[in-house]
Amino acid sequence: MATVEATPEGRQTTGGALLKALKSFALLKESWVGMVGVGIIIFWVLVAVLAPLIAPFDPLATMQPFAKPGAVYAKTGGTFYLGADHIGRDILSRIIWGSRTVLIYAPLATLSAYTVGILMGLAAGYNRGWWDVVLSRISDIILSFPVLVLYIIIIATIGASGINIIIAITFASAPGIMRIVRGLVLDLRNRDYVAAAQTRGEPPWYIMLVEILPNARGPLIVDACLRLGYVIITIGVLGFLGLGLPPPDPDWGGMINETRSMAMAFPHMTVFPCIAISSLILGFNLLADGLREISLRD
Amino acid sequence: MLIFIAKRLGAMVLTMLVVSILLFLLLEISPGNVATKVLGPYSSEEQRNLWLEQNGYFEPLWYRYGTWLGNFATGDFGDSIRFKVPVGEVMWPRLWNTAILGFWTFAVMIPLSLTLGVLSGMREGSMLDRSISVTSIITTSVPEFASAVFFSAVFVFGLKWLPGTSAMSSGFDIQQMILPVLVLVVYDFGYVTRMTRASMAEVMTTHYIRTAVLKGLKYREVIMRHALRNALIAPFTVIMLQINWLLSGVIVVEFFFAYKGFGALLLEASLNQDIFLIEACAMVAVVVAVGTQVLADIGYTYLNPRIRFA
Repeated sequence: MATVEATPEGRQTTGGALLKALKSFALLKESWVGMVGVGIIIFWVLVAVLAPLIAPFDPLATMQPFAKPGAVYAKTGGTFYLGADHIGRDILSRIIWGSRTVLIYAPLATLSAYTVGILMGLAAGYNRGWWDVVLSRISDIILSFPVLVLYIIIIATIGASGINIIIAITFASAPGIMRIVRGLVLDLRNRDYVAAAQTRGEPPWYIMLVEILPNARGPLIVDACLRLGYVIITIGVLGFLGLGLPPPDPDWGGMINETRSMAMAFPHMTVFPCIAISSLILGFNLLADGLREISLRD
Repeated sequence: MLIFIAKRLGAMVLTMLVVSILLFLLLEISPGNVATKVLGPYSSEEQRNLWLEQNGYFEPLWYRYGTWLGNFATGDFGDSIRFKVPVGEVMWPRLWNTAILGFWTFAVMIPLSLTLGVLSGMREGSMLDRSISVTSIITTSVPEFASAVFFSAVFVFGLKWLPGTSAMSSGFDIQQMILPVLVLVVYDFGYVTRMTRASMAEVMTTHYIRTAVLKGLKYREVIMRHALRNALIAPFTVIMLQINWLLSGVIVVEFFFAYKGFGALLLEASLNQDIFLIEACAMVAVVVAVGTQVLADIGYTYLNPRIRFA
């Protein structure tokens, strides 16, 4: 009975949704803003992947304190292209290795927040009733906190570590994602293909994950890019405030925090990590803007 | 309208109560920890027990929460561990300083972002519109700590025009105010601009604007008399909600410029595990955040006749 499977208009299967998503990335060519964003992101991903090959020095080696940009290391003849910090570590190498830290933790934290947020949003939007009331109330309360206050209290209570940063970001961002998903689901749950699946006797989890979620992806992808930018800011801010990943591993925010007291005398120590983090965030924001432009077009 | 306001205020009080329970549980669930934080890590077991006894920590949890909440409501937040004085004495002056910083930030940001938003929403897709959009994406991409570093490098290190710290140790000094305000404005104005632009662009497509243009009104008049009034309702809400964002921003900016404000105090309290100070600061932050959200809701309803008379 293949005819029963005929997809009602507007429905997309998981595979079809993936194909469409790839297609809209291909469409991105038309938005130069989006393309610049993609370029910046690809650049940093390459830097992170190739870190061992392109970093001129060991990021943890202490060599020549306060070396100016362009100074030559007497022992090996290597150049500190961006100078060295207060204990003599090469700043360029630390920025290159630090890109790994941020490109691992930011997507992980965003993914974790999205998993929780999407599940909450699906549960609230599809089941409605008590689920909706309780989950929405919880989100309202978490969202009423100024977000950095929330991070500081959580991190100061449970301690600063990679996994705790992911937990804190998930806790603070999942409610916002839940609101978006909930709104989309409330709209999608009345579609014909959902009714068809219900008639077929599909279990609720199947309808939520296979029928509804793929069709809600458009706004979620744009939001995910923006949120990745925010998460990178958050990881940077926490590092800057001394609540980030414990030293000595290179982390952009941490680098700025360690050297900011010397920023007036040696601005190169802080300026370059700041440029690095700002450019990466800019990449994601431009990509989000390009994607939005395209999604508005069709 | 009155019922609406009462409902919003009720929800606000409810939120505050839940937040207070969460804070209380998070920070005071184990009395042993509280005693260690107050008396220091080198205190003896007996000293801690004596302190717990004197401060009523052996009472049941709900009773402790009740007294804690009662004290809180009457402005008795306990003593700061680090400053050795009542929390209020430290907190209120700091909050006032932050209010001054916030006032200047808004005084610069609101006119700037509304003007830019209206200009770019007026002719969607124009050169001006595109450049304002891209500029605001760029400025929103630079986190506060990074722009603080950039501006310091230029104006303090390079040009030597401005002081690098804003401790205000010898009274109020407008020069020390410039950099913190600049950093906050640069990060925040992009969002308000984009919201204003979206609102303005939407208004420009409505029938009454088309009618106004077709009946031969001057373009200036169409914008000033018909478009602006309707386009500025949505940004009002956004600006009120921006206070919540600002509370996050001031933490970074005050920390960077050593400004003696509320945000820096909250951070210090957290880093020092100054438990009663954390509780009070967090509570005040949430009161301000939720309060402005409620005000935004009420204001929006009041400004928007379609809702007001419905």
